Amino acid sequence: MSKENVLLSVENVGKQFEGNRVLKNINFSLEKGKILGLVGENGAGKSTLMKIIFGMNEIADTGGYEGEIYLDGEKINFKSPLDALNAGIGMVHQEFSLIPGFTAYENILLNMEKTKPSIISKIFGKKFETLDRQEMKKIAKDAIDTLGVQLDENALVSEMPVGHKQFIEIAREIDREKVKLLILDEPTAVLTESEAEILLKAMRKLADSGISIIFISHRLREIIEVCDTIVVLRDGVVVVEKPAEGLNVRQIAQWMVGRDVAGRKAVQVRDVDISESNKDVILDVEHLWVDMPGETVKDVSFSVKRGEIFGIGGLAGQGKLGISNGILGLFPAGGKVLLNGKELPLNSTFNALKGGIAFVSEDRRGVGLLLDESIDWNIAFNAMQVQNRFIKKKLGGLIKWRDDKAMKECADKYVNALQIKCTSTKQHARQLSGGNQQKVCLAKAFAMEPSLLLVSEPTRGIDVGAKALVLDSLRRHNNENDTTIIMVSSELEELRSICDRIAIVSEGKIAGILSPDADTAEFGLLMSGLSNLNEEGEEQ
Amino acid sequence: MKQKSQSVMRFLTGSAVPILFITISVIAIPLSNYSGLYLAREIVTRLCRDSFLVLSLLIPVMAGMGINFGMTLGAMAGQIGLIFITDWGINGAFGLFMAALIGTPIAILLGYFGGIVLNRAKGREMITSMMLSYFVSGIYQFFMLYLCGNIIPIKSPKLLLSRGYGIRNAITLNVAGGFDKLIRIPIGKVYVPFGTILLIAAACIFIMWFRRTKLGQDMRAVGQDMGVADASGIKVEKTRIESIIISTMLACYGQIIYLQNIGTLNTYNGADQASLFAAASLLVGGATVSKATIPNAIIGTALFHLMFVVMPMAGKNLTGSAMLGEYFRMFISYGVVTIALVLHAWKRHKDKEMGRALLREISSENTGK
Repeated sequence: MSKENVLLSVENVGKQFEGNRVLKNINFSLEKGKILGLVGENGAGKSTLMKIIFGMNEIADTGGYEGEIYLDGEKINFKSPLDALNAGIGMVHQEFSLIPGFTAYENILLNMEKTKPSIISKIFGKKFETLDRQEMKKIAKDAIDTLGVQLDENALVSEMPVGHKQFIEIAREIDREKVKLLILDEPTAVLTESEAEILLKAMRKLADSGISIIFISHRLREIIEVCDTIVVLRDGVVVVEKPAEGLNVRQIAQWMVGRDVAGRKAVQVRDVDISESNKDVILDVEHLWVDMPGETVKDVSFSVKRGEIFGIGGLAGQGKLGISNGILGLFPAGGKVLLNGKELPLNSTFNALKGGIAFVSEDRRGVGLLLDESIDWNIAFNAMQVQNRFIKKKLGGLIKWRDDKAMKECADKYVNALQIKCTSTKQHARQLSGGNQQKVCLAKAFAMEPSLLLVSEPTRGIDVGAKALVLDSLRRHNNENDTTIIMVSSELEELRSICDRIAIVSEGKIAGILSPDADTAEFGLLMSGLSNLNEEGEEQ
Repeated sequence: MKQKSQSVMRFLTGSAVPILFITISVIAIPLSNYSGLYLAREIVTRLCRDSFLVLSLLIPVMAGMGINFGMTLGAMAGQIGLIFITDWGINGAFGLFMAALIGTPIAILLGYFGGIVLNRAKGREMITSMMLSYFVSGIYQFFMLYLCGNIIPIKSPKLLLSRGYGIRNAITLNVAGGFDKLIRIPIGKVYVPFGTILLIAAACIFIMWFRRTKLGQDMRAVGQDMGVADASGIKVEKTRIESIIISTMLACYGQIIYLQNIGTLNTYNGADQASLFAAASLLVGGATVSKATIPNAIIGTALFHLMFVVMPMAGKNLTGSAMLGEYFRMFISYGVVTIALVLHAWKRHKDKEMGRALLREISSENTGK
């Protein structure tokens, strides 16, 4: 590999957010006209790395980064994405940045419109030049043709299939003059198989014309198919940098998920029959869809046995969070959910809570807590609102008083049980640390004495000690009260340490349900949506 | 077939408000006993009088700022211009052009100020612009009531209150009909003021041309998605301010055209209702707070004023009381704004639902393969 041919080289790059290290000592380089595949689990540091390269403001705002990045031999340090654009770096984000009411060509040439001068524009300035739509259409058509897709440049973006939108985004980036490096963040996630095929071909074509590409995808098959080199990130470190040739999907999946399963507590105290023959089902979900922005659930069916801990895992944005939020009715949902054999009306949070479900939200500051109220209020709140507990009735129920004494007793009990660190139960929830806030959320759910407990990302953003405590208390609650728990988490290891079964969600559907003892690579494959691949292989 | 019925449904939900208005008018016209000729004359007069004001609302809608109730600011600027030329004794169309010339810098300044305020209230532009116009109305009244004649020299005693300073509440304009009388040609038995119509046509051409400029394109982009526009390097805040400035300037000219037709200037509350009636006209024409076209404006003005003429008489003939007729008129103009806003929100909700259904269809197609 000659040094001259290198377009981008990343040397010893590291980054920490407020003491929390996300990237450590990252090294890799990318040659001109080559495609680099970047893979890794959520939180591995992929997006942070891309943000550094693209000069996003939040990197500078949080104290910059360590190490050096060279583009074309020159050291770069962008102040904003506009600098990066001018330097020839284009980025296609996961969420679309298109104007829905504009046509394809208007979007491709957004703020790069071709204009014709007129007398008026000579007096009042360039802004008053009229658009040269013919010329714009021609340029847009050229860009679309370069990608090799069939696409009407006059069509409105809002009326286009999602796949086409992705192509328009890419067309816009390559239309910029002197684009050298293209970063594609999960571009195929919204495409159908055939569209993804076209995109991969287009990428190859672009690379052959001299543009280098960084391709982020969780579909490992695509990575192997199109990339020249592969970089695997895990926990903020590059674990593998290898030419893609000769690698197979299973291997990459193993690198991606990695970690030894040793140290895991294999002791299962309870014994829940999770086989098909056990008909004691507490929750039956059939064809559930949930419209949660960024976490769309398309079609999910599963059933949970009484007394088990059911894990739901998968990468971010695939819909695992949508499942718990949808069942609770926090986002518009449809399909059928049976609780104890009775149909649970969807889109009604009150009914879900009344039916004996408790929910610990992943958004603990937004949904989970009343931040400016005391701990005992927070813990008793749902039980009081939904189940009429902690209430003293006077005059035959005409007047209802809050039972402060019972509330305090209950709060004290949970503060002890969960080791919530606080000055008193009267302390406001806002003042607690993340881990302790999470424990209050759990206490609030426990206080409802639910038969089914839904927990979303219970350990997100809290330290290791608190993590262990939270998981322990979940397991204990399950054990002692025979509470069925559905736990949604992006941390696979965590799921494997306490769950009886784990469902992996990919692209809004359940890709498969595995036993926690299954092979690491199996999980990696399911996360990459590759169960589909096997079926396809059989068809071909 | 399904598609066809869907597009029919779309058309119906899209033009629910105009259809509602046409229905009410069809019922009310026979009740009012007005002759066709009288109605035709009224409609022509009112179209010429009001269209320009309604047109001034189009550009902020395009920039995603909803209906600019702050157009009242421009109307005030126009009134200031008219008072000065009345004081200076300039007559005819030339006087009106002079009034516009005086009003323009004031309108630009007020528009700039309004734009800055609205940039701090993104997403709540309509209510903010409405409150802003009440606030500026206070300053305007102070200017008229205290500064004029005191600090700003006013020669004509006819304009001043008897105490020596402050402008009178009702002023007869000697520029009345300045534009209307320019080219006045009878078509059948209806006199049509082509002078004013030419100005309105000029405004329409300006708006059509403006949509095709780079600035117009930027405004459309900002109107649809500020985040995306910003990411592509468009200066969002500046573009929004410019849209309000243009709207305020047009409103200034619109108010001058309106008043030359009326002939008298109601100094202190002449501008107050301008924005409400203009907004109601636009919405009656089938516009929404996010999409408004020139036909919306013209058709809406005609329909709204047809109703305005017919309703009191119909109400009077029906109930025997003129007061009740007048009440009908107010009740309906506020009602329209409310209905149009609610329908718009309802339609957006429907569109979202359809989008969701589409998303699921795509996913099931994929599994089908």
